Amino acid sequence: MKELAIVSGKGGTGKTSVTASFAALAGGRAVLADCDVDAADLHLILAPTVVERQPFRGGHEAVIRQADCIGCGACLAHCRFEAVRMAADPEDATAPPRFTVEPTACEGCGACVRFCPVQAIAFPERECGEWRRSETRFGPLLHAQLGVAAENSGKLVSLVRRQARRQAEATGRDLILSDGPPGIGCPVIAALTGATLALAITEPTVAGEHDLERLLALARHFRLPVLVSVNKWDLNPAMAAQIEAAARRAGARIAGRIRYDRAVTTAQIRAQAVVEGPETGCAQDIRQLWATVLEALNG
Amino acid sequence: MILAIASGKGGTGKTSVAVALAQAATGKVQYVDCDVEAPNGHLFLHPAITERREACLPVPAVDAARCTGCGECARFCQYNALAALGTNVLTFPELCHGCGGCAKLCPAGAIREVPRRIGVVESGQAGTVRVTQGRLDVGHPAAPPLIRAVKRQAGADGLAILDCPPGTACPVVAAVRGCDALLLVTEPTPFGRHDLTLAVALARGLRLPLAVAINRCDTGDRQTEAYCRAEGLPVLLRLPDDRRVAEAYSRGEGMLAARPEWARLFRQLPAAMATLGQGGAP
Repeated sequence: MKELAIVSGKGGTGKTSVTASFAALAGGRAVLADCDVDAADLHLILAPTVVERQPFRGGHEAVIRQADCIGCGACLAHCRFEAVRMAADPEDATAPPRFTVEPTACEGCGACVRFCPVQAIAFPERECGEWRRSETRFGPLLHAQLGVAAENSGKLVSLVRRQARRQAEATGRDLILSDGPPGIGCPVIAALTGATLALAITEPTVAGEHDLERLLALARHFRLPVLVSVNKWDLNPAMAAQIEAAARRAGARIAGRIRYDRAVTTAQIRAQAVVEGPETGCAQDIRQLWATVLEALNG
Repeated sequence: MILAIASGKGGTGKTSVAVALAQAATGKVQYVDCDVEAPNGHLFLHPAITERREACLPVPAVDAARCTGCGECARFCQYNALAALGTNVLTFPELCHGCGGCAKLCPAGAIREVPRRIGVVESGQAGTVRVTQGRLDVGHPAAPPLIRAVKRQAGADGLAILDCPPGTACPVVAAVRGCDALLLVTEPTPFGRHDLTLAVALARGLRLPLAVAINRCDTGDRQTEAYCRAEGLPVLLRLPDDRRVAEAYSRGEGMLAARPEWARLFRQLPAAMATLGQGGAP
């Protein structure tokens, strides 16, 4: 089983557009996984028919039972995430203050639950979103939606990848294409761990260069081989060359460039991968890139 | 006033807008880079960093001589940062959120908290702009504690422009919490719009005053404007696609270097943001 993780460091460099084109070029042999769980966009191109949806429960959250609370404030003292709110009782100014937990700030550690002297804090499992198994014109898609403002995006990424692998095994496919999140934090680490190969899509800008450098350092940390492709390279050819040279020095392989082409946005508006439309220069570049990626995956 | 700049989708122009806001402002202004996984504002502002602090998270260290192997700590930890194997307790500091519970509850007093570095917080001056930024160490998974440290170091002095990370998960929440108003930068494409709707839901959940900036407003389609109208979201800034701006950006120069006449648009924005209602209703 091979798994290609398409990542970027910087957001908005074209990960999802490239993944959608690869999905088209794979011709049904791949299982697709959208691992950008808090801003998932691949489904906007792939128009999936959802076959299965399951809730994602990630951790717990503290909920103070007002009837049992004695207003001592131990929860506030023990919370390190500024999640406990204190307010005067609106009906009785002489009464002890009321305490509540702000769900978007609670990290579900359980310290307040443990140290409440009267066990007034419940600790239910938290529903943090859902994952979905879908069919698309390019094959099965595993995707998810993290609840807005939710925790545990890394866990949800791992879950999507596990389900993608299971789907690949069940349908006799030997390739997973995963569209990764931006950045270098926990969802990216979850998307890269154990993948066969990463393809980093960057852009010829100082920000693209800076964020790629951090991403390559992360990949080295996990000893993961990386291919690099500069998207929209012709917007600044000198910068594209500089980024490629730096990426080579950092141990990555250059897999080919993609030229700037408004056809990418036009295709997105039509809910198509750019390689599905008229054969433009950019579509040719992506076909070439796909051939290089397949070689690297099989090599 | 604390003005947060976020987007949902990456690459829509958050940093460009935040930098231009800071450069156009009159009076006391600071630029605070909360995108600690990919901090890019410094590439455009070039601050002279004069203050650098390590940001640490308190993580458990187990004294094997005192530990009785009772396993209370491992049962308590929600993040699996401690594992009890027989009479031995192993720690996995990269999973720890630093809640401190294990050290407090250990019946043998065998756990103390030790600082673990997660990144750095830096401050310095770039012309009239005070810059504070965080830089997450490569390999450390959790951005929120560092984002909180960046915001603490910056404080709320004058006009504070917070450049936030992409997405809608916990790093964004940590960045925007407590701001006075939130500006969502989007682009008029299906991806931009989809992620904008998620960011709007987040802002409304947190009851933040909200407005939208549409970058490259003359590309893509017209549906983002329609969405904002239908949702009652004020569009306070529309920036056209501009080759000169894109080229300047690629070299590490802000929008105002290429289009100095745009400064006026940015200068008036904080005052407009100050009059917004919660959730975007004007």
